[in-house]
Amino acid sequence: MNTGFISAVLAIVSKDLRAELRSRDVISVTAMFALLSILVFSFALELDKVAREEAVSGVLWVTLIYASILGFNRSLALESDRGVLDALLLAPISRSAIFLGKLLGNYTFTVIVAMVILPLMHVLYNKPLLNGWLILTAVIGIFGFCTIGTLLATMTVQTRAREALLPIALLPVALPLLLTAVRATSGILRETEWQVWLQILCGICIIYFVMCWLLYGYVLEE
Amino acid sequence: MVAKSTTLSNSPTEAPPMPRLLRVLTVVTILGFALTFYLGFFVAGRDIQQGEIQRIFYLHMPSFFGAFTAFGATVLGGLIYLWRKSDIWDKIALAGVEVGLAFALINLVTGAIWARPIWNTWWTWDPRLTSAAIMALTYAAYLMLRAGIEDPNRKRAFMSVYGILAFVSVLTTLFIIRIVPETIHPVIVGASPQNAQGSFEATSGVVMALVPSMLLWLTLMPITLIWHRVRLEDRIEAVGRLKLKILSE
Repeated sequence: MNTGFISAVLAIVSKDLRAELRSRDVISVTAMFALLSILVFSFALELDKVAREEAVSGVLWVTLIYASILGFNRSLALESDRGVLDALLLAPISRSAIFLGKLLGNYTFTVIVAMVILPLMHVLYNKPLLNGWLILTAVIGIFGFCTIGTLLATMTVQTRAREALLPIALLPVALPLLLTAVRATSGILRETEWQVWLQILCGICIIYFVMCWLLYGYVLEE
Repeated sequence: MVAKSTTLSNSPTEAPPMPRLLRVLTVVTILGFALTFYLGFFVAGRDIQQGEIQRIFYLHMPSFFGAFTAFGATVLGGLIYLWRKSDIWDKIALAGVEVGLAFALINLVTGAIWARPIWNTWWTWDPRLTSAAIMALTYAAYLMLRAGIEDPNRKRAFMSVYGILAFVSVLTTLFIIRIVPETIHPVIVGASPQNAQGSFEATSGVVMALVPSMLLWLTLMPITLIWHRVRLEDRIEAVGRLKLKILSE
């Protein structure tokens, strides 16, 4: 009775993408938030042009993290309110397929948001952000955030104060990722050493992916 | 799931007697604590460069390793809970977080007291200090998250998962000075980073005071406190049951 693993994953991803194409519930909110966040940072740091240029990689990653937190909350709250999580549990597919499906869905949304704000920051902050290595760093770092984000959002969505708890649970765990991602990004922008940071970032992403993959089944258990 | 805790008493108003091993452990831990204080204050010599303040190190570094053991107990408790689903392991995991958090705060506070005369500041955003603060915040988040989940079985499963994930912050703190070399935090075991400020030689006096303290904080301190905390959790549960019983009558 088991559906194939890959087809199960693809079914979940395509379901998420189709629902998103029709409702635009997640991307509209996260992209809007990201845009506003960039503008707010720009105004807040405008007094000092040097500080603004120094802060660009920090602004990029903080914006991406907060926007993705918003997106995780939204995508899993919709799932849980409409009873989709329960339905997925009833389906004859493995829990890791559910994890991978949800992860790829969230990942697609966050990467789309990143691809919107990178060119914008390139223009507004006057920094060469559209650099191949920088985009690669962003794509890898976002993957790391999405792995722990998907796991923790599935947890917090089942709690009482769900929207409030996700950032509290996610931010401390995400800090190793943030640290290395910011170091790699500013290293690329300043043309100082960044390869080491990208390697550490990849390592952390792999560790988190394996941990979340193994632990996700316990978070869904009833 | 029936609670398998061995210390569960039939009478909710009366605490079960303390096991003999726990009594012995408690006495040995208190004596050991007194001994390490004596060694740190009177046996170890006065540091030539830093003076008396260096003695805080005999509490500072061992308390971090005490936190390491306690958070390790959380990982162990979480793994075994997810495997066996017996409540006692979840209680051990929770106790590990609380004990470890207390130790981590001792570590942060003693570090700040030491840094005031040596680095001329209470706090600096050094990589290791930052990651130690993040570690404490991660486990504070554990307690907040735990308080936010109502269903007991779901709470135990979720917190086991989070307790395992949170250990990444402990490992980060432990290894960050090998990864990020621009720290000013001294390393006692092995060579200090180039720009470390406030290093000192591990002479025989230092080792004499440090080794017993490390052993005590790595093993007896966390184990004894976690055991007491697990017993306290049993009492909390007993009180909860008693409340329910009274309400239903």
